[in-house]
Amino acid sequence: MPANRFNGFTDYGVGIGLRVPHYNHIFAEKPVVDWFEIISENYMVDGGRPLQVLDQILDQYRVVQHGVSMYFGSAQPLDREHLKRLKTLTRRTKTPWLSDHLCWGSVDGTYTHDLLPLPYTFEAARITAQRIREVQDYLEIPIAVENVSSYAEFHESQMTEWEFLNEVVHAADCGILLDVNNIYVSSQNHRFDPMVYVDAVPAERVAQIHIAGHSKFEKYTLDTHDHPVLDPVWKMYARAIERVGNTATLLEWDDNIPTFDEVHNEALKANRYLHANSSSPLPLESTAHEARA
Amino acid sequence: MTLLELQRRMSNDVRRPLTSSFEMQQRTEDGQAMADLASTYIKPNDRLTSFDRLEIYNRQYWFRVIAAVSEDFPALAAVLGSKRFDALVLAYLKENPSTSFTLRNLGARLPMWLADHPEFVPRMKHALALDVAQLEWAYVESFDRLKMAALTLEDFAGLDGDSRLSLQPHLQLLRLSYPVDELVLAVRMQTPESDIMSNAVSEMVVRTRPKLPGMRRSRVFLAVHRFDNSVYYRRIDHEAYLLLSALQHGRTLGESLEAAFANSRLKPEMQAEKIQHYFAHAAELGWFCHRPTDMIGVQ
Ligand SMILES: [Fe+2]
Repeated sequence: MPANRFNGFTDYGVGIGLRVPHYNHIFAEKPVVDWFEIISENYMVDGGRPLQVLDQILDQYRVVQHGVSMYFGSAQPLDREHLKRLKTLTRRTKTPWLSDHLCWGSVDGTYTHDLLPLPYTFEAARITAQRIREVQDYLEIPIAVENVSSYAEFHESQMTEWEFLNEVVHAADCGILLDVNNIYVSSQNHRFDPMVYVDAVPAERVAQIHIAGHSKFEKYTLDTHDHPVLDPVWKMYARAIERVGNTATLLEWDDNIPTFDEVHNEALKANRYLHANSSSPLPLESTAHEARA
Repeated sequence: MTLLELQRRMSNDVRRPLTSSFEMQQRTEDGQAMADLASTYIKPNDRLTSFDRLEIYNRQYWFRVIAAVSEDFPALAAVLGSKRFDALVLAYLKENPSTSFTLRNLGARLPMWLADHPEFVPRMKHALALDVAQLEWAYVESFDRLKMAALTLEDFAGLDGDSRLSLQPHLQLLRLSYPVDELVLAVRMQTPESDIMSNAVSEMVVRTRPKLPGMRRSRVFLAVHRFDNSVYYRRIDHEAYLLLSALQHGRTLGESLEAAFANSRLKPEMQAEKIQHYFAHAAELGWFCHRPTDMIGVQ
């Protein structure tokens, strides 16, 4: 949705992730970028260059925080130290909303540092929604949960992933960071129609969209974030925008990171769909090609 | 199976050591077949068995944590070579899994662990490897630890023998047996900087071995500190090291000076000159600060 309570009633356009290899270019060239997404954990430190760089960016750009370790779906109580540090950072960045993943990753104080999939059960939905509410209450900013790519399914699951997403966000009354690439990756791994997923998303809760590249291997598809967005994902993006309306969009490029301009130009392709949304039919590309393994 | 039970089971499984060819082990240490364990909670699909699907996560876990530790110790990797270094990191991580939401602290216990595990390093290289590991970890600490407001000249004027001085949290003092600052700097110049955490999947790290300067044993004292948000290795003399270490351990100024010059053969006037020099230097670099309880840290 263009501006809604899940993105702090902002109207952000197309952004990219702030990454170390681009620091020099950004400070030297001061490119026009609508907004940057930062990985919160990289700036949850006490001092030094990370915070100096962040402050310099904040002087000139809008920043939204994205986390990778809140693990909303972990079954045990939240880590207070983590929350405290995160809140300190949100005060610094004034992020209008904050996102992290609909997954789990730690148990009994041990961290896997991976975005592990949840069993789609009512119990998991209840626990996850409760934890999202706690984080939202503590941080006092809107939370958007992101669907993850997954490579495994559980016997325990009682519903589809999109039913689970609906269940959680309604119970938590939170927003969604819709990652259309992740839907695509999971659809390939679990053989479902990704458009059915996109059509089932509660459109009014979408705060932000992620697009990214993935890699197809012989027996599975991996969420690699290491090259341009592929056509099937652009098609899903177009469909999402059609349903949701123009929405803050971010390109994720985390590995084999090319030049700033290459990443930014790839992200700006999203404008074709955003602008198309208001007038002409969707300019979808016809040929779908896949990455080589 | 409750959510917690499933998470305990899966966390155990993804953290199980890989085979030497980086595949999931066929059997657990107590002889259970991984295929059976995986199939108790993971569904197979038309292309992958439960084992195969769990293996994706098992490999991901190890590639990610190995990469995180490797990034903090590039010089140690260069000294030991990839094979030895990977074996060392694997053994370290098996005993020291991550207990923090951030990967930043994953290597914190490695220098101490290495001191207790000389078997991972050729005997001739153990002291050198220890020095390198200590210095590389000091860099991590110095890079992003708190910087407090430094003491001003006026603050210095009020000091006497009973005063206690706090040192900047980012200042690390090291007593080394080799001049590894030269070695670590040489490797750092050849290693690009990167983020602590990312959203990318992890691949096995491939390292090219950088050129290393030769190392001869010689006692070196280093102050690793941050200035203008860059980390520096500064060689200091033995007395300065003793003085600063004593202050860092909370001893009074009088006690610290005594500790620094207890075995010194320098004449008193030479000692006084040195002390003045140390303090001028430390003040210039802002090493002395108010105690954390005195005021809120400033960045
Ligand atoms: Fe994403």
